[in-house]
Amino acid sequence: MSDARLDVRKTYKLLIDGAFPRSESGRSYKVASTKGAFLANAAQGSRKDLRDAVTAARGAQAKWWNATAYNRGQVIYRLAEMAESRRDELAEHVALAEGMNSRTSQKTVSASIDRMVWYAGWTDKIAQVLGGTNPVAGPFFNFSIPVPSGVVGVISVQESSLLGFVDAVLAPICAGNTVVAIASEARPTPAALLGEMTSSSDFPGGVLNVVTGLTSELAPVLAAHEDVDGLDLSGVTTEVGDELAALAAGSIKRVYRPHEKESDSSLRRLRAFVETSTVWHTIGQ
Amino acid sequence: MGLAARRVASVDHVSTTPLRLVTAEDRHVQIASTIAVPTIENEAQLKALIASLSGVDAVGAEARAAKLSTRSIKKSTKLAAIEMAISMIDLTTLEGADTPGRVASLCTKAMRPDPRDLTVPSVAAVCVYPDLVAHARSVLGSSPVAVASVATAFPSGRASLQVKLMDVRDAVVGGADEIDMVIDRGAFLSGRLGQVFDEVVAVKEACGDAHLKVILETGELVTYDNVRRASWVAMLGGADFIKTSTGKVTVNATLPNALVMLEAVRDFAETAGRTVGVKVAGGIRTSKDAIRYLVLVNETVGSTWLTPHLFRLGASSLLNDLLMQRLKQQRGVYVRADEFSGD
Repeated sequence: MSDARLDVRKTYKLLIDGAFPRSESGRSYKVASTKGAFLANAAQGSRKDLRDAVTAARGAQAKWWNATAYNRGQVIYRLAEMAESRRDELAEHVALAEGMNSRTSQKTVSASIDRMVWYAGWTDKIAQVLGGTNPVAGPFFNFSIPVPSGVVGVISVQESSLLGFVDAVLAPICAGNTVVAIASEARPTPAALLGEMTSSSDFPGGVLNVVTGLTSELAPVLAAHEDVDGLDLSGVTTEVGDELAALAAGSIKRVYRPHEKESDSSLRRLRAFVETSTVWHTIGQ
Repeated sequence: MGLAARRVASVDHVSTTPLRLVTAEDRHVQIASTIAVPTIENEAQLKALIASLSGVDAVGAEARAAKLSTRSIKKSTKLAAIEMAISMIDLTTLEGADTPGRVASLCTKAMRPDPRDLTVPSVAAVCVYPDLVAHARSVLGSSPVAVASVATAFPSGRASLQVKLMDVRDAVVGGADEIDMVIDRGAFLSGRLGQVFDEVVAVKEACGDAHLKVILETGELVTYDNVRRASWVAMLGGADFIKTSTGKVTVNATLPNALVMLEAVRDFAETAGRTVGVKVAGGIRTSKDAIRYLVLVNETVGSTWLTPHLFRLGASSLLNDLLMQRLKQQRGVYVRADEFSGD
């Protein structure tokens, strides 16, 4: 008997509402390594996949925000645990996708997992840092509380396929938003893997939705979708970003655009998709 | 062979195969000049007539409904279908928690579904419980929107005939234009077809000028054969419409059940010479669902039935989805679910 086996090739699919469908369009596209070698086939998502993803995200948002901050932290921490146990697989994909040697890719994965833990810790601290009590001239307590914007569309950064993706999706999720993310077009597999991990880490379906495909096709749909409340434009050039921001303005979305140099521990992402709700309460009897 | 027997026997020749292809001529159903169905005089005669109906090819009916539901309706056709569906809606609220205020807002929405766009047609009717009919009537005023009321101890139908008839008269006196009655499924399932028939006749009489819709509650009838039989009993009893469901049981309107009922309506029109409408109700929430029913109607009984006089969609949340899809077609972008008022 020979040891020859059939190749079991994996198809990378979308993540919509906790399920892993192929694109409704039936399309897929080839993903190559930085050296041009065939890496994988990924689903090429369509306008309608995004529509379904937004519906799922909208449906999941209230429940995710109504979960306790403690619970949201536990769920995100669980994701870090899952990523840790599959870190070699992640590192392999990051190395191939980004053209790194294995040592650098292991470092990137470590940084990504640490970032997950960091966001897990933030869920119950956002209110203290971004909220507070306000002095008012009257017998009232006056509180400002950060509340999530709602559904956030993320056009994930193209180069940093894992760390950039983790930052872009977990910051809004940590603040109580639900996310529809367009993964890096040329390097979608680490994002797809992370999506798979959410299904074994107590993420309610619809909290994170990942659509792979052509950014130029998908981004305008997401930017114009009126049921999306915020848009992260990390993955497009300034010129394209301007056009998308104009589309986003049609439904008054909050828009996040990255700075040239952004420190890793910046709170900018955490406060990008929160609104401030102010409550008055009488003092005394 | 007696006269009645021959007439009954003629029902044998009714084509009931669900896989029949619709030809151009079929699109406008030929109304028979002679009436081939007898007036029902006793239960034995009714049972003989019903027994003479052929069985439904269940696999065929499901396959045909599934095949038709894949039809793609796009662009201007979709827009037209959406507006047609809006004009066919019986906007419904049948909750224990219904208040006059809720009914008033439903009526306002029924008259002008999208207040910013006057080209959107009003819906066909609002559907409420009998005690809220007068209130709905006063809010609707002289608008063309009809008031429909469920009656006859809706949704179970478990009350004496006298109580059911009082329920109907109450709604009619309140100003109902249409009455949605439920058949006694218990009687039907235990074979007392005569009782079901008599109730339909009695309720029809109590309706006066109001149109009568007879709810078969297909979810409780178990088989397609029963759906076909119940359709015939209701139509013979004088129903102006036959309706799938109350919306109060687990199984609501399904495409195959609607197909069977549409075929019954088609066959009844061909043999008895009277056109009866069909109302599908329960669980129809998306524009896609609604358009599937429109396709089914067009392909089964023809475009003659594509009017609010002969086809209705009983629904509440469907209206908002239709309005959303309409706006999507116009604006070219997906719109927010809260773009339109809740009901």
